[in-house]
Amino acid sequence: MAGQLPELEALDAVASLIDDESPEIGGLTVFKRGLKVSPDLRNGLLVTVLLALTAAAGRLIIPILVQLVLDRGLLGDDGYRPGFLWAVALGALGVVALVTWATRVTLIRLVDMTETVLMNLRVRVFGHIHRLSLADHTESRRGVLVARVTSDIETLTRFTQWGLISWITDTAIILGTVAVMLWYSWQLTLLVLAVHAPLVPFLRWVQRRQFVSYGLVRTRVAETLGHVSETVSGAEVIRAYDYEGPVRERMEDSIQRQYRQQQRSMIWFAGMLPVVDLVSSISLAAAVGVGVWWRGDLGLGVGELVAFLFLVNLILNPIAQLGEVLDQTQTALAGWWKVLRVLEVPVDVVEPDDGEPLPEGPLSIELDGVGFSYRTGPPVLRGVGLRIPPETVVAVVGETGSGKTTCARLLTRLADPTEGVVRIGGVDLRVVSPEARRQSIRMVPQDGFLFDTTIRNNIRFGRDDATDTDVEQAIDELGLRDWVGGLPDGLDTVVGERGGRLSVGERQLVALARAQVADPGLLLLDEATSAVDPETEEALAAALDRLAGGRTMVSIAHRLSTAERADLVVVFDAGEIAQVGSHEELVAQPGIYSALYASWIGNTRSDPSAA
Amino acid sequence: MDPASTDEHMWRRGSRLIMRSLRLHPTMHATAMLGALMYVAASIGGAVILGRVTDDLVVPAFEDGTVDRGDIWTMMAIVVVVSFVRGAGVVVRRWFLSLAENRTQRDWRRDLVWHYLDVPLRFHRERPTGELLAHADLDLTTATMVLKPLAFSASVVVLVVVATVTLLIIHPLVALVGVILFPTLVILSQIYTSRVEEPAARAQQGVGDVSAVAFESFEGALIVKTLGREEAEIERMRAASARLRDERLVVGRIRAFFEPSIDALPHVGSIALLLLGSWLVSRGSATPGDLVLAAVIFGLLATPLRVFGFFLEELPRSVVALDRIDRVMATDIEPREGVTSLPDGPLPIRVRHLTVAYGPNDILTDVDIDVPAGRVAALVGPTGSGKSTLMEAIAGLLDPSSGTVDLGGIDVDDVSAKEWSAAVAFAFQESFLFTDSIDQNVGLGVRTDAEIADALAVAQADTFVAELTDGRSTVVGERGTTLSGGQRQRVALARALARKPKVLLLDDATSAVDPVVEAEILAGLRRSLDMTVMVVAHRISTILLADSVVYLDEGRVVATGTHDELLKRDDYRALVTAYEQGDA
Repeated sequence: MAGQLPELEALDAVASLIDDESPEIGGLTVFKRGLKVSPDLRNGLLVTVLLALTAAAGRLIIPILVQLVLDRGLLGDDGYRPGFLWAVALGALGVVALVTWATRVTLIRLVDMTETVLMNLRVRVFGHIHRLSLADHTESRRGVLVARVTSDIETLTRFTQWGLISWITDTAIILGTVAVMLWYSWQLTLLVLAVHAPLVPFLRWVQRRQFVSYGLVRTRVAETLGHVSETVSGAEVIRAYDYEGPVRERMEDSIQRQYRQQQRSMIWFAGMLPVVDLVSSISLAAAVGVGVWWRGDLGLGVGELVAFLFLVNLILNPIAQLGEVLDQTQTALAGWWKVLRVLEVPVDVVEPDDGEPLPEGPLSIELDGVGFSYRTGPPVLRGVGLRIPPETVVAVVGETGSGKTTCARLLTRLADPTEGVVRIGGVDLRVVSPEARRQSIRMVPQDGFLFDTTIRNNIRFGRDDATDTDVEQAIDELGLRDWVGGLPDGLDTVVGERGGRLSVGERQLVALARAQVADPGLLLLDEATSAVDPETEEALAAALDRLAGGRTMVSIAHRLSTAERADLVVVFDAGEIAQVGSHEELVAQPGIYSALYASWIGNTRSDPSAA
Repeated sequence: MDPASTDEHMWRRGSRLIMRSLRLHPTMHATAMLGALMYVAASIGGAVILGRVTDDLVVPAFEDGTVDRGDIWTMMAIVVVVSFVRGAGVVVRRWFLSLAENRTQRDWRRDLVWHYLDVPLRFHRERPTGELLAHADLDLTTATMVLKPLAFSASVVVLVVVATVTLLIIHPLVALVGVILFPTLVILSQIYTSRVEEPAARAQQGVGDVSAVAFESFEGALIVKTLGREEAEIERMRAASARLRDERLVVGRIRAFFEPSIDALPHVGSIALLLLGSWLVSRGSATPGDLVLAAVIFGLLATPLRVFGFFLEELPRSVVALDRIDRVMATDIEPREGVTSLPDGPLPIRVRHLTVAYGPNDILTDVDIDVPAGRVAALVGPTGSGKSTLMEAIAGLLDPSSGTVDLGGIDVDDVSAKEWSAAVAFAFQESFLFTDSIDQNVGLGVRTDAEIADALAVAQADTFVAELTDGRSTVVGERGTTLSGGQRQRVALARALARKPKVLLLDDATSAVDPVVEAEILAGLRRSLDMTVMVVAHRISTILLADSVVYLDEGRVVATGTHDELLKRDDYRALVTAYEQGDA
């Protein structure tokens, strides 16, 4: 018996694709991919940029106004001119008001646009994770996936709240200042720019390192969340087995690793600005030296040279700001990258564009040379051929790993066969519309997971338009009225997280009612009543048999009482169908089934010899 | 609520938050502050030097036409050195501040997760796991966000003092302009704080909700798929995300009022200064040079003011995030720290008048049970009769409303949780395995190789485990090694057996196992039983293993006795012989 389910190996390969370390790539690459995924980022961006530029220009105007006041209103030929001063001051106030207004509108526009874009991105990634069936995995993996739709997207929120506007205004201020510098002296400006030139490859290098480093931070955050989620989900076991010690050690380890990576990524942040600052100062010093030494050749007046030097000094501020913002940008890009990677994982089961409907009523099943193997690993199913007419009650038996669960997954299109065709009601399942599949094919897995709401709502999830009467009817049809009567609030009992306030068996009852309310043409039960007491299980089986008149029913069961009642028993062994026939036929011939049945009788009869 | 008092409250809460971090890592914060001061000093120095360059180098050079090459080099060197000091200040500030922030975050995160481990189990039942994840992640990062601009903001105070003194030297009236500026800043930020607190708190709650929806939905992924409810789940996520966005938009609008206003303050100050200054100059009370200097000083204040504004902006958000964490931390942990130790060997189980209630409803009512030492008792009852709850109570995992549980005459409350869990092994109905090796899952790091091997053999898990890629070292749940339900149950059962407990509780722990394998497990148990066993049983084979049967219905013990005695009861017979009746 194969111990591993290779399907999960494949899933894990996909999962590791999501967890991989960030490559050394430019921020622009991430940005371009992100823009492709969220083209809405462009919405109204032009106006926003223009407004931001207005705000930036406004800030440049203030020093000019100061100059005006000094030159013309106070120290000019006319001396002190209060009228002119007031006029200029009012004008300046007007500019300040304009800048304030423009910044305000820019901020509002940016927050409106980005919050909507990020909301859509979040929802999209969430949906994609569902389509990948990635979430159906371990506790720790779940924490990682939660990080993808919360923490990683939040890094982008932070960035858009602070960073984005800074990029626009500070770049504008730098460009504007350089323009004025050029106007004073193009030679000195070139000198200043030349001194700054080595910064370009330096910052590129830093940016790539930062991206990798912050990518690792995101990975560590996700790992911590994975461990926290395992700790919370396993709280009961941890308590019962006094396992707090090792769990604490593991948590401590991952919290420390996250901390160390967070701090390590700070090296770039802390070290980068001083380098930039130093280079800028060297350029300032160079401008002083050259400007003074070759003052004649440059044709600069004293006022102009001083003004130029002030401008060089002025440019330091926005450059420092950008250094600050670059850090945030890298965090955001690293988070964005992680999110985009999830979206890049291809979906295996692609829904048809124009799906075909399924016939009404009971559905036939046809497996034609069906084989299945996961991307890695040996085949799980080989050459499975089976024809089941409508309204048949089928029991599927076999050891764990014999392929029976995989077969059920193919029948509900949780996966597609790698060979052969699955036809339900005569239609290739791959071209059946998702709506039709949803309405007519229903699987009840062993895990009776419930959503944290009332029992009534949980049952109603079986069919969107189910009324209260439908729910009541499903309860009655399955003979669960007494059980509902014993619940504190009847059908309005709230079940708690994953259904935890009900017992495992009760959760399975709700899951069954949920399937019943949908009244599907094909019902698959995968160990759906394994935790229910024998009397209830038998009563349910009897009820389901009654209802089977209108549907085809396939039960995967360890309890062979199910097989005894079935029209047809299919025995799986090592990925192939080993035996098919009625219970009586199979018991009569030596083989897997008769051995299983003998053991079952031994387990369930007070006097085995009587059977 | 009176807004003024709210603001005061917020500021007090904010300073409490900061004090908590300061107390945790005082050296880091102090060093960061030093770096910030270095930066401020060098910035002021830079402005002064630029003035000196003008006065001593540039102007003479143009006026006299002579310039000393040495002077130029000296000046250039000074400029570079000053920037070096400024840069060093930045490095020190950023590095130590991030140390303080990251360490504070780490310490708070550790406290929080430790708390998750210590709180009573009902705490976990009452809270969505996704929300607990949000506390450990985004609430914490938001709570420490305010520490980022802390040192720089504090150094602003120095700048403000220097600026005010300089302005005072120029002229008292000029200083007045500066002095008015700061109360304005305070008033603005108070308006901001009082408006933003509630939406910020709701936004933070929104983050928790999104996380909770994501976790629940991913946990139920298989059900979502089989029900075809992907679209409905996406809608649910969209609704939670939309609520979060809407709150963020409210916060964003308040911020869009506050931030540009803060930016505008120094500009407005400059304009007022120029008007006033010009008037003073025209009266001869000040020189034009004074005026320029004052203007430069105001310009110098602009960036620190922005940072200070950023600090004031972050404060309410961080405070509401920390509030959320503190509310969780406020849960009592009620440790069981009894000192009595349990005797050796199998222990008799005694339960008296046990009543367990969730909310107003009794799950168990006045339950009395006796299982003699070394005996096996089967717990039989219909679905939802309280079997698992009774098992949990015996395992000491829940607090009964009334009644007692004791082992060998020693009450559960008199024994430490550690000792109790060492004596009682509980195999749960739903097996939970850690993302760890089979060895670790079974031995939990304390059992020997031989003990693990024995336990795996009795649980009929040795064969399939040997076939795994790395045998017993295979990590469950990773690299594809996910086990089937029956295999998981067997590994979990081995974990219970490996402890060689004094009392073994099996809660339908073989429900997903093939009947053939189950028979073998039961045979193995029969051979190796030197403990008291209580087993939830559905199948006759399991019941026959027991010396006595406890029949539970609707939370009450309705009968106790041997299987044969109980068969006289119609309800019991109907329940346990249902499979045979099914044949008829």
